[in-house]
Amino acid sequence: MLFRHVYQGEHLIQLPLPNVLIIMALIYALLGGISGWVFIAKRFQAHRNFTELTQRIKTFWVIVIVLSFSLFMSTRLAIVFWAMVSYLALKEYFTIIPTRAVDRRILFWAYLSIPLQYYWIATNWYGMFIIFIPVYVFLFMPLRMVILGDTRGFLRSVGTLHWGVMMMVYCMSYLAALYMLTPNNNPQAGVQGLILYLLFLNQFNDAAQFFWGKKFGKHKIIPSVSPNKTIEGFVGGIITTSILAVLLAPYLTPVNFYHAIFLGILIAVAGFIGDVTMSALKRDLCLKDTGQLLPGHGGILDRIDSLLFTTPLYFHFIHYFYY
Amino acid sequence: MNKLLRYLFFLVLVRPVVLLLLGVNVHHRHRLPQQGPAIIIANHNSHLDTLILMNLFPYRLLPFLRPVAAADYFLRNRFLAWFSKHIIGIIPITRSRSTQNVDPLKEISQALLQKEIVIFYPEGTRGEPEQLAQFKSGIAHLASRHPDIPIFPVFLYGAGKALPKGEALLVPFVIDIQIGNPLSWSGDKHQFIEILEHVFADFADKVKQQDF
Repeated sequence: MLFRHVYQGEHLIQLPLPNVLIIMALIYALLGGISGWVFIAKRFQAHRNFTELTQRIKTFWVIVIVLSFSLFMSTRLAIVFWAMVSYLALKEYFTIIPTRAVDRRILFWAYLSIPLQYYWIATNWYGMFIIFIPVYVFLFMPLRMVILGDTRGFLRSVGTLHWGVMMMVYCMSYLAALYMLTPNNNPQAGVQGLILYLLFLNQFNDAAQFFWGKKFGKHKIIPSVSPNKTIEGFVGGIITTSILAVLLAPYLTPVNFYHAIFLGILIAVAGFIGDVTMSALKRDLCLKDTGQLLPGHGGILDRIDSLLFTTPLYFHFIHYFYY
Repeated sequence: MNKLLRYLFFLVLVRPVVLLLLGVNVHHRHRLPQQGPAIIIANHNSHLDTLILMNLFPYRLLPFLRPVAAADYFLRNRFLAWFSKHIIGIIPITRSRSTQNVDPLKEISQALLQKEIVIFYPEGTRGEPEQLAQFKSGIAHLASRHPDIPIFPVFLYGAGKALPKGEALLVPFVIDIQIGNPLSWSGDKHQFIEILEHVFADFADKVKQQDF
């Protein structure tokens, strides 16, 4: 098995390796720089409205600080942390989608799948982690629905609930699974390096696509789903994310030059797909945001949409080539 | 002792359940009263409603919060009566009309005179999940007696899905809370009820609803 003997000699809170700390410091400097720039721009461009941007950056600070904490946590604590993120995401999803009154019981089981899924990860049971949701949960939920006996809206219900568990529990749990990879294969940065690499590139790509789209965007890429997304933004995002992926790879990951390029493209493309998929969901439900948990961003789904798509792909790529 | 238990109950149980287990989206929180006397009126679909409404206020106001609740339901056994009166702090109200000579609103009036914040459900009882029922006349009587006390309409959405009437299983949903501008007595009972129902119908339109 790929996983390691964890927990021995681990403290609840511990320092990640120096490489991780250095990159984290750079991220804080970057965010500090952006905050400073907005602060100055506010003074000189009094006619522009900065409230949304300020709110967004403020929330970004909270996100970065909380995520930094997750890199200082022991493996078990970090797994609990990501289980809670899963819970918040699943709750938000169940709140915005239409559900049937009879399905309250199914929703309850769906919530229960979270502690189980993360428990398999924490106990090193890779085989169970990988099949629990797509085999057992996906077979059990319709069975329970059949026992409840209401066939009106049955198919829609099965579809929506399965997709929610797949995204918010299964895909999200891959982030917790990254903590279980043996650190020996990445001696210079450990699992925290791998996780920081993914989280940073993923969020950076979101910002880069937004920036390039805003600056040079002309040709709409998928106007019926997301009218603000452009080909220029998409391509610009892929290029900048790949460059950053290559630059950061030697410090944070064991991947070589060509694999780093591939990972940059993978994260950019998968992140884009995650983003527009959640946009399609919101459009279908006639919503602007999925919630209000993160002021300036919307709900938690608005923030992790791209991460849900990149994490499993990233995990399996790293797992296949380096573990 | 009961006072301490009340604080503990809200600190250890209510706050984590409302904020972590369920989660709330509050619109216009600043409109809430900072002190009593005040009347909070809300739609009623779930036992969670009272806890969610009380949790909107800071701890310093906890001793002033008095939800109005049905005596026949909440005082039906000794433990529940103790819990309702001393931990939740309810003002029991008799729903039956047989007691002709007793003033059912007397205790509420007293509470308002003591600068307390009264939580009142104009629908009278918990309705079907997320359906607004017709308002009873009780709120109009109360308002006409205290024309200078502000009435704050609060609309809750989601609690009826999380814990509907007659269900024991709590299933988490995020609760949407709309707080309106304070209203005051209009001078006419029918007109006043109409105004309130209109305010709540507007709230219901504003929330993106995903009913069962």
